[in-house]
Amino acid sequence: MNKKEVIVLQDLLGTNKKIAAEIRGELERRGILAVNLLSSPGAGKTALLEQIAMRLKTRAKMAVIEGDIETELDAERIRAKGVPAWQITTGGACHLEAKMIAKVLPGVDPDIDFLFIENVGNLVCPASYELGEHLRCVLLSTPEGDDKPKKYPKAFTTSDLLVLTKADLLPHLPFDVEKAKTEALELNPKLKIFVTSAVTGQGLDELLDYFWAMHQELQSSHA
Amino acid sequence: MHELSIVSSLFGTLLEKAREHNAGKITLVKLKVGKLSGVVPELLESAFDMYKKETIAENARLEIEEIPLKIRCRACGTETEITTYTFFCGSCKSPDLEILQGTELFLEKIELEIDEPSSP
Ligand SMILES: Nc1nc2c(ncn2[C@@H]2O[C@H](COP(=O)(O)OP(=O)(O)OP(=O)(O)O)[C@@H](O)[C@H]2O)c(=O)[nH]1
Ligand SMILES: [Mg+2]
Ligand SMILES: [Zn+2]
Repeated sequence: MNKKEVIVLQDLLGTNKKIAAEIRGELERRGILAVNLLSSPGAGKTALLEQIAMRLKTRAKMAVIEGDIETELDAERIRAKGVPAWQITTGGACHLEAKMIAKVLPGVDPDIDFLFIENVGNLVCPASYELGEHLRCVLLSTPEGDDKPKKYPKAFTTSDLLVLTKADLLPHLPFDVEKAKTEALELNPKLKIFVTSAVTGQGLDELLDYFWAMHQELQSSHA
Repeated sequence: MHELSIVSSLFGTLLEKAREHNAGKITLVKLKVGKLSGVVPELLESAFDMYKKETIAENARLEIEEIPLKIRCRACGTETEITTYTFFCGSCKSPDLEILQGTELFLEKIELEIDEPSSP
């Protein structure tokens, strides 16, 4: 019996990255902008998507992929707004992986403009998995507290957008918007920040304008 | 706790490599884990101990090298090690940075015990 050392140098997330790159390529060929929404449970991802669905209806076509550990509830909420939605139930896994998206993708209408992916409610694990998205969007709801960026850095360092949700509750909470913004920008100076409320509609038009501009950019660069 | 799914796919690679080299045992598994890789080394260890039972890696040692987070400033060229997750150049405070290391998560090497080919 002899001993042997084998140098492997293999990225442990390499398979996921490869599938994600294939998904991104496929979406770009179809002119679809994909957005991956990340947050802790209950920060308001589905509520934000419901609002987006209502506002986008007249000018664009969208679809939603919902990731949850169990239930079809979130997909049903989106369908109730007249938007096609696919539910991925991970059966315990705390994050979506690119291969789960790849399975659903063939069924998604190729003529849509936007694909929104709501990740499993978890501010840690989803940050390690690319899903083929063009924009990663982390949500932080005001009741969670303004210290979250520093406590969960990876979600903030890997995102393109930060949406501070439930802004309508600010009068009742000790949440310091400027502190949250400053600390998030220290983690990621390129972060675009929006302050929104699904109740009053605050900030939603600005957010949609941004998504729309990014969609135009994607289409012109892959025309 | 995505460490479990990472270790589960790691075992796919380990068993494949062992087969490739006709190894009867895996004795060492060495990983490199960046500070910004998003995984917790201790959780990788517990997941590894769980998965290795009744496999050819049953007695394997898991070695994890942690890689600090280092950036280079695109404005002034200074290299800084980031320990506080404050992403500004340590010298000129520019936010225009390039990450040099610290996001990696990879299997560096393994050590195997190769069975002698049985004599005819
Ligand atoms: N006041 C207020 N409540 C909100 C807002 N957005 C969401 N909520 C409430 O917060 C709760 C959670 O919202 P969801 O949209 O289900 O949150 P989620 O992030 O999709 O939750 P999971 O999918 O379970 O992770 C619900 O009771 C919503 O009504 C908001 O802007 N203001
Ligand atoms: Mg939801
Ligand atoms: Zn500098």
